[in-house]
Amino acid sequence: MERHLDEELKELHKEILKMGVLAQGAIYKSIEALRNRDKRQAEEVINADDMIDELELAIDEHCIDLIARYQPMASDLRFITTGMKINAELERIADLAVDISQRVLELADKPLLKPLIDIPRLSTIAQNMVRDAIDSFVKKDADLAEKVVLADFQADELRNRVQEELISDYLARDASTASRAVPLLLIARHLERICDHATNIAEDMIYMVKAKVVKHHPEELK
Amino acid sequence: MPKVITKNLNFWYGTFHALKNINSAFEANRIIAIIGPSGCGKSTLLRVFNRMNDLIEGVRTEGGVFLDGADILGAQTDLVALRKNIGMVFQRPNPFPLSIYENIVFGPKIHNSIKRDALDEIVEESLKSVLLWEDLKDKLHKSALGLSLEQKQRLCIARLIAVKPDVLLMDEPCSALDPQATQRIEELMRELKNNYTIIIVTHNMQQAARVSDDSGFMLLGELIEFGITQDIFTKPQDKRTEDYITGRYG
Repeated sequence: MERHLDEELKELHKEILKMGVLAQGAIYKSIEALRNRDKRQAEEVINADDMIDELELAIDEHCIDLIARYQPMASDLRFITTGMKINAELERIADLAVDISQRVLELADKPLLKPLIDIPRLSTIAQNMVRDAIDSFVKKDADLAEKVVLADFQADELRNRVQEELISDYLARDASTASRAVPLLLIARHLERICDHATNIAEDMIYMVKAKVVKHHPEELK
Repeated sequence: MPKVITKNLNFWYGTFHALKNINSAFEANRIIAIIGPSGCGKSTLLRVFNRMNDLIEGVRTEGGVFLDGADILGAQTDLVALRKNIGMVFQRPNPFPLSIYENIVFGPKIHNSIKRDALDEIVEESLKSVLLWEDLKDKLHKSALGLSLEQKQRLCIARLIAVKPDVLLMDEPCSALDPQATQRIEELMRELKNNYTIIIVTHNMQQAARVSDDSGFMLLGELIEFGITQDIFTKPQDKRTEDYITGRYG
């Protein structure tokens, strides 16, 4: 039996998916801007953020409205509350893409400190984790979500490696490299935070699908 | 030990098998909600607990129901004492066509020979426990039939409390009340659970979710799932429970 609420939930699903596409697009563009030292593309990411913020508010409002009007229970309730959380995580991911773009603007006119090796690797991991986290939401696939959660350690390791290298090889030796090294340090930090948000989405997905709390309980993972 | 236990409980109205192998354990000082679609057996289960079904011709019960470990289905059970220990509140409040005072002392007078002073005390205590004393203390000898629906329902609860029961059974106690009165009765239930075990049957799932500590879902005479209310309403284990509470049943 199709309920009116089912129509509303489908609509909410579409809205969250749209948010996911926009957040993914923001990361992609910010990383391309970094790769190509492209100020125009970095500015595009920064300018598009208002629209993402507005969509976040609209989705939140939709969720609150559904809770107030339908008083959902069980899987419906889990879908809506998880949707609210995923929405906030996606908005934060888009904000981090803006942060990366701002760092690109800081770096674009300066000579490159060093060839980028680990940062592109980290950005690939971040993009894959966000893509899989969103896919797990689309397909309600808890196994895929679990893979995302388990992938997060790679991001932490790469971020640490970038940090150590930039500090020991550049900042500790020559303070004048700071204006180029610090933005790279921050970019690594932003990318690692994007992976954390993708992990949060995946953990929320596992709760939504399996009603199992894995956040702060890694032993609950297979 | 749980306050009320059912073991392999089966119940028939003639040939109709209304309760099928119900095994449950209800802990003391909790509010237990029984939910399920019309005809699933929830009111029948409630009425088994104080043997109200015995009044219906052609019924048959098998299995066990235990109050504080004592079997209440046996032929030796004193039904008057049982119904004193396990009182019942119905959908529509049903005060006796007597004064407020006489409604409250009706039970104590039957169960004990009590002096007038003690009766006055019972009336005051009982009405205080349902938060009616301040409103009614100067109208005790007026007819109970003149009260509002909510006051009548509170009076019916006070009438039960007057005989100091262990368990309160509530069969859709708010279905005749408006939302504000419903909210106040729910607050009262939360107060009362400190002293009593409350088993409520309700069609209103939001009410069950709001007010109860434990919930059981019944379908076609079976207790499909029983557990902590928060779990039942956020992550039910059985698909039939999920379908019912999300409105997909049917």
